[in-house]
Amino acid sequence: MTVKTITMPQLGESVTEGTISQWLVQVGDVIEKYQPLVEVMTDKVNAEVPASFSGKITKLLVEEETTIDVGTPLCEIEVESMEPTVSNQPEMEHNHEEISSTKELNTMKNRYSPAVLKLASEHQIDLDSVQGTGMGGRITRKDINKHINQTKQEQKQKHVTETPTLNTSTIEKSTSLLADKEIPVTGMRKAIATNMVKSTSEIPHAWMMIEVDVTNLVRYRNEEKDHFKQSEGYNLSYFAFFLNAVAKALKKFPELNSSWANDKIIQHKDINLSIAVGNESELFVPVIKNVDEKSIKGIAKEIHVLAQKAKSGTLTHQDMEGGTFTVNNTGTFGSVQSMGVINYPQAAILQVESIVKRPVIIDDMFAARDMVNLCLSLDHRILDGVICGQFMSHVKAILENISGNTTPIY
Amino acid sequence: MTKHTELGLSEEEVLDMYRIMLTARRVDERMWLLNRAGKIPFVVSCQGQEVQQVAASFALNREKDYTAPYYRDVGVVLALGMSIKELMLQAFAKAEDPNSGGRQMPGHFGSRKLRMLTGSSPVTTQVPHAVGVGLACQMNNDDAIAFVTLGEGSSNQGDFHEGANFAAVHKLPVIIMVENNQYAISVALNEQVACEKISDRAIGYGMHGETVDGNDPFAVYRSVKQAADRAREGSGPTLIEAVSYRLTPHSSDDDDRTYRSEEEVKQAKEKDGLISFREYLIAHNILTEENEKEMEQTIKSLIDEATDYADAAPYASPDTLFDGVYQ
Amino acid sequence: MPVVSYIEAIKTAMEEEMERDERVFVLGEDVGKRGGVFRATEGLYERFGAKRVIDTPLAESAIAGVGIGAAMYGMIPIAEMQFADFILPAVNQIISEAAKIRYRSNNDWTCPITIRAPYGGGVHGALYHSQSIEAIFANQPGLKIVMPSSPRDAKGLLKAAIRDPDPVLYFEHKKAYRLLKEEIDNNEEVIEIGKANLIQEGTDITVITYGLCVHYAKEAAKELAEEQGIEVNLLDLRTIYPLDQEAIINAVNKTGKVLLITEDNKEGSIISEVSAIIGEHCLFELDAPIKRLAGPNVPAMPYAPTLEKAFMVNQDKIKQAMLELALF
Repeated sequence: MTVKTITMPQLGESVTEGTISQWLVQVGDVIEKYQPLVEVMTDKVNAEVPASFSGKITKLLVEEETTIDVGTPLCEIEVESMEPTVSNQPEMEHNHEEISSTKELNTMKNRYSPAVLKLASEHQIDLDSVQGTGMGGRITRKDINKHINQTKQEQKQKHVTETPTLNTSTIEKSTSLLADKEIPVTGMRKAIATNMVKSTSEIPHAWMMIEVDVTNLVRYRNEEKDHFKQSEGYNLSYFAFFLNAVAKALKKFPELNSSWANDKIIQHKDINLSIAVGNESELFVPVIKNVDEKSIKGIAKEIHVLAQKAKSGTLTHQDMEGGTFTVNNTGTFGSVQSMGVINYPQAAILQVESIVKRPVIIDDMFAARDMVNLCLSLDHRILDGVICGQFMSHVKAILENISGNTTPIY
Repeated sequence: MTKHTELGLSEEEVLDMYRIMLTARRVDERMWLLNRAGKIPFVVSCQGQEVQQVAASFALNREKDYTAPYYRDVGVVLALGMSIKELMLQAFAKAEDPNSGGRQMPGHFGSRKLRMLTGSSPVTTQVPHAVGVGLACQMNNDDAIAFVTLGEGSSNQGDFHEGANFAAVHKLPVIIMVENNQYAISVALNEQVACEKISDRAIGYGMHGETVDGNDPFAVYRSVKQAADRAREGSGPTLIEAVSYRLTPHSSDDDDRTYRSEEEVKQAKEKDGLISFREYLIAHNILTEENEKEMEQTIKSLIDEATDYADAAPYASPDTLFDGVYQ
Repeated sequence: MPVVSYIEAIKTAMEEEMERDERVFVLGEDVGKRGGVFRATEGLYERFGAKRVIDTPLAESAIAGVGIGAAMYGMIPIAEMQFADFILPAVNQIISEAAKIRYRSNNDWTCPITIRAPYGGGVHGALYHSQSIEAIFANQPGLKIVMPSSPRDAKGLLKAAIRDPDPVLYFEHKKAYRLLKEEIDNNEEVIEIGKANLIQEGTDITVITYGLCVHYAKEAAKELAEEQGIEVNLLDLRTIYPLDQEAIINAVNKTGKVLLITEDNKEGSIISEVSAIIGEHCLFELDAPIKRLAGPNVPAMPYAPTLEKAFMVNQDKIKQAMLELALF
């Protein structure tokens, strides 16, 4: 004697369940193979489920009006003798060839995907030093990213726990001759060095320069500067006008007012301009906040205050926080062209060069014009040439059209 | 003269016809049970059409003619020589299924040995195929003809028109038999066609057309026989409409109570050609109580045996998945 | 050796095969008395008679379907679609039937039919006499598709198609019919279906294409070699379904830079699949992004000469694309 189970059949191509409407047999009934057992209702059909075996009903497992899934046991039948048992899903005999999973070790070690090569070149990674976890020892993009993060993590830890030091392990030590003066790298110098290394090693820099005719600006500023100095007590610097123009342009192209955060790019709402100011030995990068909301006078005042603080060494931490874009007044030193290093993790830095009087051809005639070069360094991960070109053109347009009407001092 | 002797059919032949019709019915009934028991996923039925299917097949030269049966033609394929076991192997989708090796759903017949063209699910594509066979027969001076069946709904397809027209233009030895069972799934005849009879379409193709009672084996036999004779003597194709009724839902996935009354089905069951043919055979003492019982028992045991065999038979190995894509 | 045009090569192939095997016959619209609207079956009706060169009613599904039926019987039909553009009513017969007959009958039935169809533009054929429709059929296992690029290939591939035990679609470029001529040896063998043909070797860039574009590419490559010394590795797919993966991979790996060309609309075209094969197999050999030159994604080729020219891939466009890739 064996007990067999009848299960809920799949009644219809897409049917997954059915409702028991009525049992046609009772426990104890002796039934014939193919005799109807139960009425089932599904979405597609109503049907009588027949017995697959002859025998005696020993259990009804589902009550009427119950909805059950296809394959759920319906009832049990005690069968007289074992029917010839057949395996449920026999298949024709066939040979499964085992797929050999043993691959030669490290056969793929030196096959670099374009993604891996790109990362390696961006981060100056020696691929021989990276452990590949892919098939055949191949270095995967994840392997490279892990390597980069590890390096970053190590740097960060050092940064936090000690005074920042350059990773000397990978840099050959310079030896000094007797007559040379050795200056210990400490404090601010060290921090600057670390930041510069980080910036240049991590950020793929790209450069762009435009030439701006600031004759109008020079004329305007010359008209106003004496009166301004008299009434305000500090200089009406050109730099204030440049910051004003940059802030306006950033408002229009917020892509440049952003920073890199590995898996995302953060676009900042506030326009806080870092400006580089220095004393004899040190460089500070204090921040003028919300430049877009300030007048020329307001900007000039802040430049003045921050410069004074730098000179006296009284800049606070707060003064240097929150910058979203840097404008560097390289023109102060007479520079006419420079390639700035991006103030990490910002997206770009703009160098304002010297204003120089030069002959320029206007309407086929030579004219003496006040010209200035603006040099932009950009993080090519965040920005592309097109957007930066548009930004620079916009800055240029603002500067070239400066007058009392477009840019009031107050 | 009796109806069968008039047509030149012997007692053995008519009894054989009945036996095959009954076999088709019993096989079909078993298929439904197997489906409802969860053993086979799908059934598409012949019930109500066995008489015309078998009678038409007997009017062919089953030794050399070609057929392109449609999915309800259990009667046709049994008459042509497919076994119950082979039908069960098809129903269970087993490797030994001669129709497709378990690749196609039930009702997709085909056997090169039986000159039965392999069929598909998009309806009426088989009409141009049968016409192509007719063309080949004509080109090769082959005495064979092509017999193709389809449902009345399918006669609306472009391939029906294109095939029929081609056959008529080239006077090809083709018989197109529309098995009008009144329903194309749920859509009744009057919503499928506006003409009175499907055979009315024949005149448009310039071929002979006629409508016969599909429940009357003698009418169907006569009509197909005459069509075959015309085809063989070069008089071209014939369109025959055999009218009966689909006694089951369209398939095991259909519930016909959603579109037709039980009363209508009940009335049609009373006109079932299997009943009237049985009465005819009893009246002519061809079928007796004794040989009928024996016939039923033999059929049942063959079906039981075929069911067990097919249930236990192996499926095709996954290794064979790519076999027969190309030579 | 006689100089033979592309269309003469097609006619000769049919003629020789009909002579070789009595089971071979032609059916289609206007193929009989008229000898085909392009004259591809010229003289066959006179030579083999109306029974073997059959003018059919104007009904493409029947041309395909009747051919399929005859093929199942044991005949070897060559069905002609007057224009590839008009094959669409027969798609059910080709895809649901011809392609699946062997498979669905588990190798019991076969369907050795050849379906010829003139495709392609640049002949003022407008939207419905210019299309390349091969991509519709190029994901249907069971079918084979060949597209000859020269008279020699036209003959050798058609003979192979006719002798093939499975259904073959044979797309012939109607602009090539009388444009391309070359010497063909009368004893020239059939060309194996499923194998691509390396037309010329080169080390600078690889160009993969088929059909008439091979001709344009050859001419463009010649100019570039003379003018700039750029050496092109040119692969003619010949059979566009199933594709010769090995030949594609080898050709790409040779230079690492690949230009894929089709006259068809770019999206989902044959070269899209070629591109996927390259993506799967050639990552480490690529020296430039895969470059594709194709028809624009507009429904079909317009009639007006300016628009037709803008749509059509031609020698100049190919040369430009080749140069860009070489300079990358």
